Amino acid sequence: MDRELKELYQQVILDHNKSPRNFRKMDNASSTAEGYNPLCGDHIDVYVLVEDDIVKDVSFKGEGCAISKASASVMTSMLKGKTKEEAEKLFNKFHDLVTGKLGNDLDTDELGKLAVFAGVQEFPVRVKCASLAWHTMMNALKGKQEKTTTE
Amino acid sequence: MNRQPAVSELTKQKSYDVIKIRDDFPILKIKVHEKPLVYLDNAATTQKPLFVIDRINKYYSTMNSNIHRGVHALSGVSTEAFETARIIVKRFINALGKNEIIFTRGTTESINLVAQTYGKTNVKEGDEIIISHMEHHSNIVPWQMLCKEKNAKLRVIPINDNGEIIYEEFEKLVNEKTKLVSIVYVSNSLGTVNPVKKFIDYAHQFNIPIFIDGAQAVNHLPVDVQELDCDFFAFSGHKIYGPTGIGVLYGKVDLLEAMPPYMGGGDMISKVTFDETTYNELPHKFEAGTPDIAGAIGLGAAIDYVSKIGIENIGKHETELLEYATKKVTDIPGLRIIGKAKEKMSVLSFVLENIHPHDIGTFLDFEGVAIRTGHHCTQPVMDRFGIPATSRASFAMYNTKKEVDVLIEGLKKIVEVFG
Repeated sequence: MDRELKELYQQVILDHNKSPRNFRKMDNASSTAEGYNPLCGDHIDVYVLVEDDIVKDVSFKGEGCAISKASASVMTSMLKGKTKEEAEKLFNKFHDLVTGKLGNDLDTDELGKLAVFAGVQEFPVRVKCASLAWHTMMNALKGKQEKTTTE
Repeated sequence: MNRQPAVSELTKQKSYDVIKIRDDFPILKIKVHEKPLVYLDNAATTQKPLFVIDRINKYYSTMNSNIHRGVHALSGVSTEAFETARIIVKRFINALGKNEIIFTRGTTESINLVAQTYGKTNVKEGDEIIISHMEHHSNIVPWQMLCKEKNAKLRVIPINDNGEIIYEEFEKLVNEKTKLVSIVYVSNSLGTVNPVKKFIDYAHQFNIPIFIDGAQAVNHLPVDVQELDCDFFAFSGHKIYGPTGIGVLYGKVDLLEAMPPYMGGGDMISKVTFDETTYNELPHKFEAGTPDIAGAIGLGAAIDYVSKIGIENIGKHETELLEYATKKVTDIPGLRIIGKAKEKMSVLSFVLENIHPHDIGTFLDFEGVAIRTGHHCTQPVMDRFGIPATSRASFAMYNTKKEVDVLIEGLKKIVEVFG
């Protein structure tokens, strides 16, 4: 497989795509948001349960490509137990990573699980796939009702 | 005086020589991700032969001038070249007269033109317009906008699981309120070739005019608008190896005469005062402003080019490729073809179990293979089949079986990686 392609579709991403974590509807969610990518018709629902400013639980349902599904799966696995402020910080970090704002010198320790998405910056058309779940999650945290779109 | 290159300058095509045809298309020699380009996104747009590129180049290098009403030499040359292109289109679809050929920006504009002129004058509150479930958004939205404005109703003929229009349902939908029918000839997302003649004849029993969206038809099969007897017909230049930004609306002369203008401006008038404007005669009434002169000339060149090779020959070649590809993909585990119409052309739409079309598209891109992934501007079709998107390989005159093999090998690799 081509190097760039291999970096985009890392084993971790393929694994999360195949068996996504927290892939379920949450009945006791304190807030949900719906995300939509009109470019490809991808659709995601993100559920959050926030208690005392802490994300107690987060899950998602929907359809999308490997990048968007893995991104949602990794996101949910990282957010549990974080405060809303910490979640927003992670969102910003992720956004900077996939849009190439962090440059080449990536601190993989600091990025943690997010580092597997570094390859996305080489594929500008796929940035929207990677960030849909995160934007939708932010809207859920903020309690925004309107549908998130990537356009 | 500079003349356009004559058709006779094209090499005579004795038998179908795909290698020779490929040589006419400079872009087919480029590499993508260091692999030879395998261009299978022809239903989105086709590549351009040097014959077309050269004629556009020649126009700008030696003829460029605004058309009509100029008294200087160049204006005469460009007007003649532009009007010659109209005659080429007229002959190509066998319209009765060249005044029935309106140059537009493309099929989308042609449909909007009819919706906003014929539609606005003839569709009243409570009336109905019939389309099918497999229409491109461009043959849905203009009618939807019109219906909303007029408080009219859009009726949709359902399709079956093979992706064919259920003809009997069409007959049931036609009633005294029906003011217009608009149907696609060849579906861009399913490849289905609709028996449009049957629809036209039935609509005419009730004096209902019918619009045929020919965007995916003219490049695959011969079209004779008089034989079809359709009232309107539209296609785009860029899907038949011509430039983008130019398209055609054909309309029967009596219908076009009765329609009000679409846009106001220069060229569409014969006399203007502040009190009143007298509109120009056909086809100029519908061509306000300076048109895409080079585009029209390029389209003329494209039609000359395909006519020399022969639309029937092209269609036959593409059908062979489609049959070959359809057979070959059965080897791929988890692959399901979307659109299994008996009459089908040039389009292979499919889904792979648990693998999203966008991932397929990115993977194939690294094999040099360009396909389209998504809803193909036919979201109702995707909804009908309960899928968000498909992968679509679409064939043109220059594609080869070897290229189909590259596609198949690419798909096998994807299944391996994701499986």
